[in-house]
Amino acid sequence: MTTALADPTSPVPETAPVARSGHRRTWVARLRAAVLGLLGLVGVAGLWEGYKAVGPEEGVLVGENRVLPRTTDLAMPHVWDMVQRLFEPVTSLGDAEPLWRVVLDASVVSLGIATVGWLVGTSVGLLLAVLMQRVRIAEWGLLPWIVLSQTVPLIAFAPVVRSWGSRIEIAGWEWPSWLSVAVIASYLAFFPVAVGALKGLQSPDRIHTELLRTYAASATDTLRKVRIPAAVPYLLPALRLGAASAVIGTVVAEVSTGYLDGVGRLLVSYAGQASGDPAKAWAPIFGAIGLGLVAAGFVALLGALMRNYRRGEAV
Amino acid sequence: MKGTRLNTRIRRVIATGAIAVAVGPMLAACSGGDDGGDGDLTEVKLQLQWLPQAQFAGYYAAVEQGFFEEEGLEVEIIPSGGDIVPQDALANGDVDYAIAWVPKVLGSIEQGANLTNIAQIFQRSGTLQVSWADSGIEEVSDFEGQRIGSWGFGNEWEIFAAMAAEGLDSTTVEIVTQDFNMNAFLQGDIDAAQAMTYNEYAQLLETPNPETGELYTPEDFNVIAYEDTEGAMLQDAIWADTDRLESDEEYEETTVAFLRAVIKGWAFARDNVEEAAQITLEAGSSWGPSHELWMANETNKLIWPAENGIGVMDPAAWDQTVAGALAAVNEQDQHLITEEPPASAYTTEYIEQAIDDLGDEVDTVGSDYQPIEVTLNEGGN
Repeated sequence: MTTALADPTSPVPETAPVARSGHRRTWVARLRAAVLGLLGLVGVAGLWEGYKAVGPEEGVLVGENRVLPRTTDLAMPHVWDMVQRLFEPVTSLGDAEPLWRVVLDASVVSLGIATVGWLVGTSVGLLLAVLMQRVRIAEWGLLPWIVLSQTVPLIAFAPVVRSWGSRIEIAGWEWPSWLSVAVIASYLAFFPVAVGALKGLQSPDRIHTELLRTYAASATDTLRKVRIPAAVPYLLPALRLGAASAVIGTVVAEVSTGYLDGVGRLLVSYAGQASGDPAKAWAPIFGAIGLGLVAAGFVALLGALMRNYRRGEAV
Repeated sequence: MKGTRLNTRIRRVIATGAIAVAVGPMLAACSGGDDGGDGDLTEVKLQLQWLPQAQFAGYYAAVEQGFFEEEGLEVEIIPSGGDIVPQDALANGDVDYAIAWVPKVLGSIEQGANLTNIAQIFQRSGTLQVSWADSGIEEVSDFEGQRIGSWGFGNEWEIFAAMAAEGLDSTTVEIVTQDFNMNAFLQGDIDAAQAMTYNEYAQLLETPNPETGELYTPEDFNVIAYEDTEGAMLQDAIWADTDRLESDEEYEETTVAFLRAVIKGWAFARDNVEEAAQITLEAGSSWGPSHELWMANETNKLIWPAENGIGVMDPAAWDQTVAGALAAVNEQDQHLITEEPPASAYTTEYIEQAIDDLGDEVDTVGSDYQPIEVTLNEGGN
């Protein structure tokens, strides 16, 4: 049943073309999504202020462990203070920009690095997946290493990456410090893609691959016509995980390597100012959340573009 | 077991890296004659132990004022965010010089790093342990049974050295790892918090007291300065690669030239403290201007006056640091070092040469140095 039919006050006549009605339905859906998103935001703010108003100042403790935070202005600044702080200058210097601007600029830098990391990680992950699908022995040889690679803690990995970087100089081109951050981000991002894509490439039914064999299709044709389309439903969640990993990897690696221009550095610096200026410390956290939303939105867009291949998946 | 597996993994990774390292210079060599575009400046990399801030004002001033360039050097200052350990970066050959605290490097030297302290820039310890005025914690002997804050990562050894000197057992205190700010102390999770004179102590004085609405004042706190205890250890020093000092004459010359410019930088920061704070703000420090100025001023106090000349090691202070490092046992019963460091661990040869070279050009002692008064604003802004 269409929305138009359900609504008796609708100006759309019953004979309205289906396309028009479908068009309207998407608009209603979008509006509803926007309203729900806004309501969610208001809900979180309300929950924050509500707990802050009624919660005990010392938080809620179970034994020695604090399960709910303190409600002081130091630990939980008011929502309006945090928002207001965003529009004040970052410091009292004459030419200081508003805080939101500084956070936005840093977030854009981080987003760029995360994108590079995600692209590199995704490419490497896809290549590894194709290789492992094609060559059984590569799967046996590589997959354990790929899993193991994620157990190397960043604290050990970050200095190694920066150390190589500082030695690489090709034809007067020097390794920029942001590239170390991107490499670390890609290192975290390639893993879900490699594993997800491999699972996806292996997902077609035997009957389908054998059908292509009866057509004397080459392995490349099978890959193109059967395996890759079949892999899409597996790939999208993997890409989403990869994007989240790339964002987290970027922020953490920025802190870890002391990269100055990204949102990770602001997180650390403003945390150091959180005693005297508690609301300021939350601004880069909002920036990091924004990064995550943009990354998730981008992958959702990819999913929409590949809609035709997502049969059997609840879209 | 896990360690071995990890090492294998890292070794493999390093092997891959080694290929890149081997190929890189070859390609660079092919391009030919392209290096050193800006005249004949020698490229030097200096690794800091933290993000840009007035604690490093002298180095940034030397860049900004062109002191390095006058010495024929092009210095790149590399900040750290915490996981880049300056002495490791130096020992790996990633950088030419590094700024690091003496006790931390003593630990690295005992584990095999071959490093030499070429200039002891900070002559005094800037570490404090801060408690509330009514807490009754007035000296190190009051630590027993208290929750003592520390940042860890080698910043805690002064606490244990001071406790050892008092004959206190380190297991009687609870060491609480501190964050980047003083909130844990302000909210009562820590009885006595670690604070640098130039940074965290100022953070407290920039915070409004919720009861009065006014900023906290020094009267609200008890302050124990490790400089006044036997636990005092030497802090920011410039470290160089021992092997290169012994075998590479060019590196030795660069070292002296580098130190001459550093001396000029710190003398500039002493005589122009407001401008020095401005320079580090422009170099990427994110503190508010009043906090930055406070830091520049307090950093000067740790350097000036320098009775033997800036950067020249006071053997007594070195011996005290080594003795403290030997005596200190942390709450997990671990030692920082177990034997005396080698004689190569510090030298005054290069810094004395640099001071001689400068002659009357720069005041390298600062005997009439007077700090300024800095008023902190809320949040350091």
